Amino acid sequence: MKLFPNLILSGTLLAVALGAPIQPAQADPARDAIIAQLKAQAGVSSFSAARGKKFFHAKHAGGKPETPSCTTCHTNDPRNFGKTRVGKVIDPMAVSRNPQRFTDPKKVAKWFRRNCKTVLGRECTAQEKGDILTYLSSI
Amino acid sequence: MRRHIITTILSLAAAGAMTMQPTQAASKSPGTMFAEECSACHMAFDPGFLPKRSWRAIMGNLSNHFGEDASLDDQTRNAIERYLLSNAADANGRNPYWLRRIPASQIPMRITELPWFTNEHGARARAWAKSNPKIGSISNCQGCHRGAARGVFDDD
Ligand code: HEC
Ligand code: HEC
Ligand code: HEC
Repeated sequence: MKLFPNLILSGTLLAVALGAPIQPAQADPARDAIIAQLKAQAGVSSFSAARGKKFFHAKHAGGKPETPSCTTCHTNDPRNFGKTRVGKVIDPMAVSRNPQRFTDPKKVAKWFRRNCKTVLGRECTAQEKGDILTYLSSI
Repeated sequence: MRRHIITTILSLAAAGAMTMQPTQAASKSPGTMFAEECSACHMAFDPGFLPKRSWRAIMGNLSNHFGEDASLDDQTRNAIERYLLSNAADANGRNPYWLRRIPASQIPMRITELPWFTNEHGARARAWAKSNPKIGSISNCQGCHRGAARGVFDDD
């Protein structure tokens, strides 16, 4: 049985708002499985946090002019709260701030599909996705 | 006339709110899917704000949704579309006053372009929304109406 993502997210918000101690990024079997699957798809044995960082912070061409970068919504520091173009707050992307991140394979696939199309005008490769998740799990 | 709009919208919002109660996952109701999926980037706009033809057009082009990709898997998309159509402004034979003023050949894509909306929100409200980084867009109802997600807009 799965908890509602909304409940999890608002719980996280509350914890952050109350100044709960920030946990170091933790391994999670579901997240590990997502990354393992990306490795198999990309045909590699490891991903690079440095490359993921570069990709996440880069300005890309090919997508919508309003959203040239992942940082347009997720901010320059993924440990911070982000914001959509309509002003809605987005929970931090960094796993250290938000341990629920990247633990639901369907959610991860859905948002990679959408956001890569919006920002780059194409889907991201398995290599790019793996690098990004490795980066966001490392900070 | 204004009251009329508001009461209709409010009663729809109340009906919608009931379906937003967290139920146990597994088989989510279309209303729950709508509440979850359509609130990721902005508040879930009440279906009663637009007619069926608008929801059909919006749900038919989610991969290019106002400049963003909001695409869904087919099953979720279809369920949400059904929910929107059965709660639209003109569902169940309703034909509200504000909708009768819009030619049937015209498909409004935004709530914020409807005549009643532009009457309530003039150029100043729009400019204010844009220039205030806490609001950002006139489509961010909650930026000005704290109770927007509950269907409350007369909060002056
Ligand atoms: C237009 C705003 C916007 C842009 C630009 C954007 N995102 Fe997101 N992203 C969101 C929103 C909204 C969510 C869903 C809300 C949430 O998960 O808190 C999200 C969620 C995600 C998720 C799923 C997180 C999870 O918990 O599973 C991933 C992965 C992601 N984004 C990656 C990216 C990457 C990579 C880029 C750049 C290519 C990017 N995003 C650009 C708005 C954006
Ligand atoms: C990936 C982000 C995202 C998701 C998910 C999303 N939207 Fe949107 N939506 C937007 C953006 C961006 C706008 C344009 C807002 C603006 O102009 O400031 C918008 C605008 C709208 C508008 C017009 C608002 C107005 O100005 O009157 C409607 C109606 C709408 N969305 C319905 C939906 C529905 C229904 C869903 C669920 C199927 C949905 N949205 C999911 C990003 C999203
Ligand atoms: C920039 C601020 C701002 C934004 C954003 C905004 N509104 Fe308003 N809205 C107002 C103001 C100001 C009034 C006029 C208040 C009044 O006369 O009661 C108003 C009036 C209304 C009314 C009439 C309320 C009544 O009972 O008189 C409705 C309904 C409404 N807005 C809905 C919306 C919706 C839906 C959205 C989002 C799509 C939205 N508003 C976005 C500021 C805003």
